[in-house]
Formats: sequence, structure tokens, C-alpha cells
Amino acid sequence: MTATGNAAIHYLEQFREQRPELPGREPAWLDGLRREALEHLATAGLPTPRDEAWKYTNVSSIAAQAFTPAAPGAAVPDRALLESLLEPGLGGPRLVFVNGRYLPELSSPPALGGGVRVRPLAAALAEGGESLRPHLAWPPGDGSGFTALNTAFMADGACIELAPGARLEEPLHLVFVGGEDVLASPRNLIIAGAESSATVVEEYVGPEGGRYLTNTHTRISLEEKAQLVHYRLNRESLRAFHMGELRIRQAAGSRFVSTAVALGGLISRTEVRVDFSGEGAETRLNGLYVASGRQHTDHHLHIDHRLPGCTSEQFFKGVLDGAARGVFSGRVVVHPDAQHTDARQSNKSLLLSRNAEMDARPQLEIYADDVKCAHGATVGQLDGDALFYLRARGVGEAEARHLLIHAFVGDVLDRIPLPPLRQALERLLWARLDRREAAGA
Amino acid sequence: MSTANHEIDALIRQKYKHGFVTELESESLPPGLNEDVIRAISAKKGEPEWMLEWRLEAYRHWLEMPEPEWAHVHYPRIDYQDIVYYAAPKSKKDAPKSLEEVDPKLLETYEKLGIPLEERAALAGVAVDAVFDSVSVATTFKDKLGKLGIIFCSFSEAVREHPELVRRYLGSVVPQRDNFFAALNSAVFSDGSFVYVPRGVRCPMELSTYFRINAKSTGQFERTLIVADEGSYVSYLEGCTAPMRDENQLHAAVVELVALDDAEIKYSTVQNWYPGDEEGRGGIYNFVTKRGECRGRGAKISWTQVETGSAITWKYPSCILTGDDSVGEFYSVALTNNRQQADTGTKMVHIGRNTRSTIISKGISAGRGQNAYRGLVKVTKSAEGARNYTQCDSLLMGEKCGAHTFPYIEVKNPTAQVEHEATTSKISEDQLFYCLQRGISTEEAVTMIVNGFCKEVLKELPMEFAVEAQKLLGVSLEGAVG
Amino acid sequence: MLTIKNLTASINDKPILRGIDLEVRPGEVHAIMGPNGSGKSTLANVLAGREDYAVTGGEVSWQGRDLLALAPEERAREGIFLAFQYPVEIPGVSNVNLLKAALNAKLKHLGREELDAYDFLALVKERMKLVQMPEDFLYRAVNEGFSGGEKKRNEVLQMAVLEPLLGILDETDSGLDIDALKIVADGVNALRAPDRSFVVVTHYQRLLDYIVPDHVHVLAHGRIVKSGGKELALDLERRGYGWIAELERGAGDDARA
Repeated sequence: MTATGNAAIHYLEQFREQRPELPGREPAWLDGLRREALEHLATAGLPTPRDEAWKYTNVSSIAAQAFTPAAPGAAVPDRALLESLLEPGLGGPRLVFVNGRYLPELSSPPALGGGVRVRPLAAALAEGGESLRPHLAWPPGDGSGFTALNTAFMADGACIELAPGARLEEPLHLVFVGGEDVLASPRNLIIAGAESSATVVEEYVGPEGGRYLTNTHTRISLEEKAQLVHYRLNRESLRAFHMGELRIRQAAGSRFVSTAVALGGLISRTEVRVDFSGEGAETRLNGLYVASGRQHTDHHLHIDHRLPGCTSEQFFKGVLDGAARGVFSGRVVVHPDAQHTDARQSNKSLLLSRNAEMDARPQLEIYADDVKCAHGATVGQLDGDALFYLRARGVGEAEARHLLIHAFVGDVLDRIPLPPLRQALERLLWARLDRREAAGA
Repeated sequence: MSTANHEIDALIRQKYKHGFVTELESESLPPGLNEDVIRAISAKKGEPEWMLEWRLEAYRHWLEMPEPEWAHVHYPRIDYQDIVYYAAPKSKKDAPKSLEEVDPKLLETYEKLGIPLEERAALAGVAVDAVFDSVSVATTFKDKLGKLGIIFCSFSEAVREHPELVRRYLGSVVPQRDNFFAALNSAVFSDGSFVYVPRGVRCPMELSTYFRINAKSTGQFERTLIVADEGSYVSYLEGCTAPMRDENQLHAAVVELVALDDAEIKYSTVQNWYPGDEEGRGGIYNFVTKRGECRGRGAKISWTQVETGSAITWKYPSCILTGDDSVGEFYSVALTNNRQQADTGTKMVHIGRNTRSTIISKGISAGRGQNAYRGLVKVTKSAEGARNYTQCDSLLMGEKCGAHTFPYIEVKNPTAQVEHEATTSKISEDQLFYCLQRGISTEEAVTMIVNGFCKEVLKELPMEFAVEAQKLLGVSLEGAVG
Repeated sequence: MLTIKNLTASINDKPILRGIDLEVRPGEVHAIMGPNGSGKSTLANVLAGREDYAVTGGEVSWQGRDLLALAPEERAREGIFLAFQYPVEIPGVSNVNLLKAALNAKLKHLGREELDAYDFLALVKERMKLVQMPEDFLYRAVNEGFSGGEKKRNEVLQMAVLEPLLGILDETDSGLDIDALKIVADGVNALRAPDRSFVVVTHYQRLLDYIVPDHVHVLAHGRIVKSGGKELALDLERRGYGWIAELERGAGDDARA
């Protein structure tokens, strides 16, 4: 029996124990959904490198650890630690989840009204949740073992509903805090009505040295001309595991702009799937990964252009140090009727040390002819000519490297129009990058 | 649909120009594959015991290997017991010593293909080792090459005359169990070419072999081995056309190249096998394993291919860059029309220090053709200072075709610089209109634009081959715009 | 202040410089001329410390110090400035950032106080007038998308801000039209000072109409085969580089004599 198969059995047993505690015994459809997902997990197991989509990311070390799915009463870190983890905040409305469960004491949800409704998912399900059913249901068997695992144990998360034309004025900050030895399975829903708009920041943090698994799943549905600016910030503990999935369905004329920044986690993977269900929609996926030590960071993007006139862009950059390993897979599929598709993909990685590694797969699959598609990928170290140029101008080598690294990641940061977040990120990033410079690499 | 589109459609539907069958009696084994068939092939060729053992070993591996299933290539299952594994022209027993002795029917076939053998050989200085079905029937310029110590002969002859060289290098780049089709080839290969260029010798002429598939339901299992010893140079041309027929035909060749210190091998292919009719019936399945190893320091292997034929093309001419400072190149034009499927690309494996590779791939899809580039650039830990540049461009003509790009980049050395770029576009209406308004026909305009699109690859072909390739692109594609 | 003695250098084991002797005193302008491949650019790059070139012999003393023992950035801070023949593009790093980092590194090296943002900008803006550069240049990435002329003007601006003791201009005139050439030359002339020297590497005499040298040296096959005053440049202009062959033979004769 393989590690991933054993893991499936472990989680089946856990499910049997926790089932009475999980929301959704009533309505029955939710319980049915969970059991279907478990069925899938039991047959397929957790993914292995034999699965093409997981070729470069081996999760057997995750499978080998029997994490306990977070129960409602699971221990919560003390207040002081929690508050330190929540720094730096953004100052606006905030929802805090610990081990995947809502923590009202530290949360300050946005005011109701104006067609904006923000609730913890558990509360929404307790109220019946029939209207959420189409947003929670997903064809069984679609996705990996982690998708199934999340579906089986999802209990809470943020449920954000915007009525047509509604605007969430301030950026909404969602913070997910991991605990010790726990599997957290947050499930978030963002349902944006026609012409509504919002900015949502998903942030994942954990106590330093904490070992846990965050297996998170966010589903976003944008109706006609809705606009969502989305940030995903992974600041997990460097010993934690992070498996994240983001699925977006976009109706005609909608616009989705996302920036994913991955700094944390021993093994982390972010999977983004965008499906256009209407014409003239636009999606921009920006990303930055910075990894060192033995970190493994994976971004897996899949965009389906099924209808004409949609635009997509993927712009990912990474800096890898120590014995870190980076993976980027980006696939754009342009289906037969998706004429006038404009799809671009770019992935650039910088290797700063002897033992850093990068695997990149930028892929285009095109079945329509009147399209503009391009992709590019580079892997390399700092440009020797640029370094020399700076040194010839009297800039010391360390500082020259520093300047060039900052310029490299600056490209992605420039795409963050939210000043407090951008500043916070810059501080985090530079602290991280400069620590290595100071270490005299 | 506009008038222009009607014309285009007519052009796309142009019948395969090289479709005819030469009536020539074959001496064949009955269909089917087992150890006895392999023993019979080996016996017919008068092979030594070690060669038979090597084949049998490959066969036993093959039996245990699953047939690959590919996400982007679709074809009905092949019945390997329904294939004839050995067919030779009747005239084989008393093999011709010169062109005069060659079956006039064969020469006539070459005429029809526009390849007047004797003329071409004499004028262009090309030595031709023509493979007709599975046995070499004509070899020229042997004396001239022989004086330089260059060995250029059929594979069977090499097994007999130069067993030490064959034993040393056969399977050293593509092992018997490398993949399903390579294993099959290793078990049943019929014939092919062998080239050895000795130390310091620059081969004074392009070496060329015209492959043809002719006898009905005959699998073709060519085996080619080219060894360039230290400081030598050789340019090898491979070109093919095939006659029209109904059943699908399997072609599973293996080509191995070995370049030692400072040696250079240039391998050029123009592949124009029968692609099948508009519904894709009867075309060739071309499942080829081509791989070269730059085994020595400063060695260079350059693959150039123009792939316009076959119903299905599955091939990844690759370079293993073992020697320090060695260079691998891959220049490719792949064109698919009607229901053709091409899944082609390359693997560049950087092992030595300061190894460099360049990949230029141009894919053209028309009709319902599906064209995929699949490539691997792998920089291992030892490949200090490795460089790769990859450019993949796709041109789409018609709204039912497909163009796919699947690069894999694996970098384990930080001093490497790897760069990949790809674009996909269609022939623009503006370009076409401009040409038309200047009095250029649609056909001509498309040929011009496509040749322009492929220029970087075509310029890598030897002159006489480049001209042929351009014509071929014209024939296969001219006007195929959607 | 700069003394080069029997300097030899090679690239990939191929000798390029075969014994250069040169003495540059404060305030002097030296022109180094010669055909393509004579080693002009190699000399400029070796003085700046480019690592692709291996110094195989000889010595270079800079204000009494062993120049060859210094790292490229130390040479720059000690007052040596190379205006590159092909200024590199550095996406994402703005001109102003580059200048500030460079200037402050130098001031710190000299034990002087670093400039604050206000004083720094005032200085830069004043120097920009020298090369007629619009202000928005400052905020663009270094040389990215610049025309050939803009790149060269940017080099002169950097020199004006960094105030070196020795400016080495490597084919600064190549690819410039006459207007751009004048702007660049005027900028250089404005920087001429009793304690500042220049080594002007050029293929053509044209630049020397605007930057008038005190000494002209002709380089061929890695050696200085003739030295003279500014009239030597005009001679070369009139007689072309074919004349060099004779000079080389002459040099050979001298060596035998």
C-alpha cells in the first residue's frame, strides 16, 4: 500500500469520527457531496508524480503524516501569538479563521447593506444554504485527491455574496491561521452579481515552526461585468504544507485580477483554474514565489478559453535560493469556438544558489485559428553583464546583486495597486531577500 | 464563404502528388511476429549469432512493454500480428553492382518523384544508398568515399563487414528497451544505413538515402547508425515519399548518432510520406526514435527536419550533450493538413560543461490538422554554464486545426541560462490582401508567407534539399488559409 | 597618474594586447586610434577590470597604486570611469537609482558624507543640462529602450555626476549622428579640468574634431605603433589605416635595430 493510499484510509476513518460534527448533515445534499468526494479520495488517493499534473511535486511526505482534521473544539493559539501573526494588517474589514474555523473575537466583518453579504460559511450552511448549492457542487472526480479531501472536511470559510451592482468599498481581508498537527480545510465562496465589484485578500499564516496542513479551496463566480481584484498571500510556517486551489468561473465581460505571492510552506502548491462562461471576459494572474532552504513551491495554472473574445495573462516570477525547488505549470486551452482569444504567459525564475532547481511547463493548446497566443519562460542567474556594469559604476557586488534582485521582483509588485498591501509585501519580501544577502551568499 | 476561401479549399484538397504504386514482386515472410520470425529475418540476412541474440533480447523486452497511449495522438490500435516484418525486392539475390543493374521500374519511380537518381548523383555529388522496401539495392560513390576511409553502406553489409564497429555503437544511444517502438525496431529491423567517418576526415559530399515504403502492409523498420570519429564532419540527408494506398502502415525507425571529440554530424530530413486521404484513411504511422549523443568534447549534432507527410508523426530527434562544450541543434518545420497529426519536438539533455543548444520549431496547421510541439530542455547538475534558446512558432490556417506547445524545462544548475519563447498566429488577411493587390496569386502568396515563416529552418538545409523542401511546402499547403 | 607598462592581455588564451606602454598625466586627453580588432576596446575594458580578459603580463599603476589588483568597483570609486561602447539595458533599475547608488558608494569610499535626496537630485538635474537630457530619463530603466544616441548621452551624464579622474570613452562616437556627437562632445569638453584626464578610444578622426586630444596613439595588433600630437589623427584620416602596415614594418625594423 502506498503512502498516498494509506493517507486516504486515514482520512476515511477521520471522516467516520467527525461526520456528526461537520455542518451539512442536514441538508442531505451536502452529506452526499462529502461522501462522493471520499469515494473519489479512496479510489484515486492523493496524487503522485505519475500524475502528469503532479510530475514535479511529490506529496508523499504530506501523505505520510496523519494530520487530524480540525474539529470545532481544536486548540486555538493564545491571543498574543494570534495577534502577532495578524501583523501587518490592512486596517479594513477582516475575517479571521483559525484551523479553518471562524474566530469572531478577532474579526471585524464589513457592515451589512448595499447588497453586500459577508458571512462565515458555517453560518450560511446552518441557515440552509440552498442558494449556495450550485457553488459548492462540482462534478465528482474533477480535481485531485486534495480537492476531494477539502470537500469531505470543509466546515467553514468566508462566504461573500455581492448583489448585482453592489460594491465592497474597502478591501476585505481574510486571514487563515494554521495550528499544530492539524488539517485545516477552509472553503471560501465569492459570488459576485452582475456589475458588482470587490477586492479580497486571502492570507495564510502560521506560527513559526508550526507543522500542519492547510488544504484550502476557493470558488469564485463572476456574473456579467463583475470585477474582482484578488490577492493570495502564502506566509505559512516554513515547516507547514499548503495545498491551495482557486477556481474561477467568469461570465461575459467580467474581469478578474489576481496576484499570488508565495513565501511560506515547506511544500506549497497553488492551483488556479479559470473557466470563461461568457464572451469578452478578462483574467490576469500575476504571481511571485520566493523560496529558500528546502522549500518546494509549485504554481499550477489552467485557463480554458471556451468562448470568443476573452483575454488571459499569466505573469509569474520566482527567486529560488538554498536547495529550494520551484515549479511552474501554466496551460492555456483555446477551444474550437474561442476565436479572438488573446492569451499570454510569462514565467521567469532566478536561481541564486548551487542547489536551487526550477521546472517550468508553459503550455498552449489551441484549437481555433484567429487567436493571439504567446508564451515565454526563462531560467537563469543574475545577468553577469548587468552586475559588471553596476560594479564598474562603483556599486559593491552585494549591493549590485541586491539591486538586480529587487528589480526582478519589482515587476510583480508594480502590479499591486493596493498601497498598504504592497508596502507590507515589500517589507516582507525585502526582509526575506536581504536576510540571504546578509548571510553573505 | 468568400471566393478566396473556395480556392483555398480546392488547394487544401489537392491530391497527393506522389501517390502511385510500383509493381515489383516482393519476397516476403507471412504476417505476424514471434521468435521464429526474428530468426528467419536474421537468417535471411546471414547475420552472425550475436546480432540474432541482440534482436531476441529486444523482442523479449518488447513483449513486456505496454504500448504507449498519447493524449494528443489518436489512431486505431495496431495489430502487430497483422504486419509483414520482412519484404525484399525480387532482384535482391543478385544485387546490382551499378545503376545499370537496378530494376528499371525502380529508377522510373524515382523519375516520377522528380529524383532522377543517376543525374542527381552525378550532378549534385550525392552518394545514394537507396532503400527500396527493406533492402539496399543501389549504392554509389562508394569508391570515392572508401579512399577517405569513410564507410557508407547498408546496415546489413555493416553487420557483415564491420561487426566490431556495429557492436561497439549499436544501441549505445538508443538502448533496446528505450521505448515500445524502439524495442520493436531492435527486434525486427530490416535494413538501413551505416556511416563511419574516421578521425579528422571531412566527408566531401552529402550522404543521402531515399527511403520508400512500397510493398503492401509492410512495416518499415529502418535502422541507421552514424558514427563521426574525432574531428570529423558528415552531413546526412534523408528524404522520403510514398505511394498512395489504403491500409495504414507502421513505420518505426531508429536513428542513432554518435559524435566524438570535435566531430560534427548534420542530419537533415525531408519527410513526405503518404498522409492519408481527406478523411485520414491509409496514411503512414511514423513512430520514429532519433537520438544523437555528443559524446566528445566540442562535438556538435544538428537535426533539421521538414515533416509534411504521414497520417501520424511521432518523433523527437534529440541530443544528449555529454561532452564539454558540445552543441545540439534542432530545426524543425512540421506541417499538418486534413486529418494529419504531428507530435514532434526534441529533447536537449545538457550534461557536459558549457553545452549549448538551440531549438527552432515552426508548426503549420491547416484543415483539421493537429500539430504539437513537445520538447524537453534538461540541465543536469553537472552542466555548468549550459545555454539553451528555444523558439516555437505556430501558424494556423483554418478554424478546425490545432496547434499545441508543450515545453518542459528542468534546470538543476544555476549557471544555466534557459530561454523559451513561443507564439501562435494565423496568416493575416492584410498580408494576403497586399500580395493579391500586387498581382500575386493566393497560392503564391501563401507559399511566400509560409516559406518566410519557415526561413530560419529552411536555411539550415543543404541547398538542393532546401529547394525540394520549399516545393514540398508549396505542394502540401499552398493556399491553405482559413 | 596612469602608467601602463608592457601590458599584455588575452581572451580565451588568444593574445590581444601584446605589450602596451602609455603614460597619462593629469589634465591630458589621449586618443587611441586603430583599425577594428587592434585591441582598442580590450585596453579600455582591461583598465576597467572586465573579468573576461586575462591580464598575462605588465603592470598598470594608478596614482601610485597597482590598478590591476583592484576590483572593478574599487577602480570606479578611485576615479576611473568607462563609457561603454555598448551600454547594457537593465530592466527594472531606474537611472536615478543607479546614479544614487554609484555616487554614494564613491562618497563613502572617499570618507565623505553621502548626499541626501534633495542635494542629489539638484546635482543630477544640473548635470543633465550638460547632455540636454529631459528629466523623465531619470525615471526610466537604465538604457532600456533607449536609442543609440540616448545611451551614449546617458553614459556622459553618469560621468558628469560621478566626476571621475580618468574618463575612458570606448567608441563613444559609434552609431551617433552629427548632432548627437556634438552633444556628447560638448558634455565631455565641459568636464575637462586640470586634474581630470581622458582616454578616448575611437576608430574615426571625426570625434577628435570636437574633443581635441593632446596625444594620439595608433594601436595595431595589440601594440602602440606610433604616437604623436593631434596632427597624427589628421594624417590617419587622410592616409587611412593601410598606412599602418608600413608603420608595423617600421616598428619591426626598430625592434630589430
